[in-house]
Amino acid sequence: MGIRVVRSGLLTTIQDLGRFGFQKDGVVVSGAMDQIAHRIANILVGNEESEGTLEMTLIGPTLTFEEDALIAICGGEFEASIDGHEVPLWRPIFIKQGSVLTIGHCRVGCRAYLAVAGGFHIPEVMNSQSTYLLARIGGFQGRALQKGDMLLLREPRRKHDSLLFHKKITLLPFIAMNWGISFELRAYFYETPKTIRVIRGAQFADFTKQSQEHFLTQPYEVTPQSNRMGYCLDGPLLERKQSTEMVSEAVTFGTVQVPAEGKPIVLMADRQTTGGYPKIAQVIAVDLPILAQTRPGEMVVFRDISFEEAQQLYLQRELELNQCKKGIISKMEG
Amino acid sequence: MLNYELIPLNENALVIKFGEQIALDIHQRVRQVSIYFMENHVEGIIEVVPAYTTVTVYYDPLQLTKNTNRKWDVEVLPFERVCTVLKNILLSLENADAPKGKEVVIPVCYGGEFGPDLEEVARRNQLTPEEVIDIHTNGHYLVYMIGFAPGFAYLGGMSEKIATPRKDSPRLHIPAGSVGIAGMQTGVYPIESPGGWQLIGRTPLQLFRPHHPQPSLLQTGDRIRFQAITKEEYKQLQEEDNGDSRCS
Repeated sequence: MGIRVVRSGLLTTIQDLGRFGFQKDGVVVSGAMDQIAHRIANILVGNEESEGTLEMTLIGPTLTFEEDALIAICGGEFEASIDGHEVPLWRPIFIKQGSVLTIGHCRVGCRAYLAVAGGFHIPEVMNSQSTYLLARIGGFQGRALQKGDMLLLREPRRKHDSLLFHKKITLLPFIAMNWGISFELRAYFYETPKTIRVIRGAQFADFTKQSQEHFLTQPYEVTPQSNRMGYCLDGPLLERKQSTEMVSEAVTFGTVQVPAEGKPIVLMADRQTTGGYPKIAQVIAVDLPILAQTRPGEMVVFRDISFEEAQQLYLQRELELNQCKKGIISKMEG
Repeated sequence: MLNYELIPLNENALVIKFGEQIALDIHQRVRQVSIYFMENHVEGIIEVVPAYTTVTVYYDPLQLTKNTNRKWDVEVLPFERVCTVLKNILLSLENADAPKGKEVVIPVCYGGEFGPDLEEVARRNQLTPEEVIDIHTNGHYLVYMIGFAPGFAYLGGMSEKIATPRKDSPRLHIPAGSVGIAGMQTGVYPIESPGGWQLIGRTPLQLFRPHHPQPSLLQTGDRIRFQAITKEEYKQLQEEDNGDSRCS
């Protein structure tokens, strides 16, 4: 019983909203790169938003469901099918025992999240299911999924009676709900080049006028060296007026650091807890999912806004998500 | 009165900054403030990260935005709210002293296969390998902060007599427990990782223990000494310390 991995995909790991409480021990936070897609996937199957999901990257896995399950796939536009029938993303899908879910290439975006009602039956390490590959902690045995792995599931919190009714009357291997997430809420990564809004970092003023201007107007390319730890960018080099040494201090998701050679690095989910490079900017929270859906080779343009506006956007998005959640719960129970 | 600045990092974290330079009195303030948050639950505060001159506070903006009726009140932004909370706490901490950190002795098997760069460190400083070991074990070290990797301690107090620049090309795999020197710093690699430090020895102690309630053996404020051991002692200690080595 559970889900058997037939093909692993390019990089498929279990992630939740991150491992908090141990940054003072130097423990990397990790967690889903695109937290919006992760949270919505969980909401669609009636889980807590913090439940672990499968994060897939550019090429998804093939999975055999050895028991009935309610699932949702959210995030980048991946090709997905169940026993050869195409299935939609951003919707709850009831999948029957014995069916094979094949997730192929990602057409737009970079990552998607598979949530299963009840969640995965794997132990928490330091209060989190997130996989941190470098230290081999959390997730499925501290590593990415491999062919032959068996993921056990937990009992869902809510019984979905209407779905069980559908199960009895369908001959298909699955049922997708005829409702899902509105386009406005899930269309955040279609722009090219992508505009990423930032607030100015603590050392913004230390950079030359020209570098400040370049950073906020010129396109930067996400290079192939980019990964879950950080996005290395290529574009106009950034110079400081004086090269004074900095003492290390905490950095976070979306912090834009500039090492001496002048190429900016945006810190992502697997970032270190502290860093000693000057911080030119900080990506605002609501634009982190856009960056998480940007793949190597794509261009981004940074634009600065005020910290007040960044906070308002954050609160506004949380209100929208909360409303969306209420709507989904009433659909599920109705 | 504590001198500090409150600087936003992003929508859910801010930096309490006590100064620009690494110094003992600033380190004391960093410890005092971080210990307060580790020992007291403060509504809306998730965790704190002490560093050389700063304490970074992670908070939940939504929890801070709820008013007494559990409704969201967005008239006052979360940063302003968390600043009010922190200012009151910092005011109450004015005259308190930070307790002393614990003392930790780190046994190290120097040289040989465990410390392939011991000879180079000696040569560059016109010392014998034995003299390097003497100087390294006679030092009193202070943990200023934990960062870079899980369980990695930034130590102050190494003698400049054994300071050595990093290697020209970093090694791809440095085993956990390796003790190294980089410029004026010394430290221990808690997990296997790449790195450019000059390796002078290795400890059998587990510095990072993922299943332990306090995963990092060393904590900010701890006082460290190194002690030379033989290869036999290394093996014996390694067997004794294997209780928490599982990483799954």
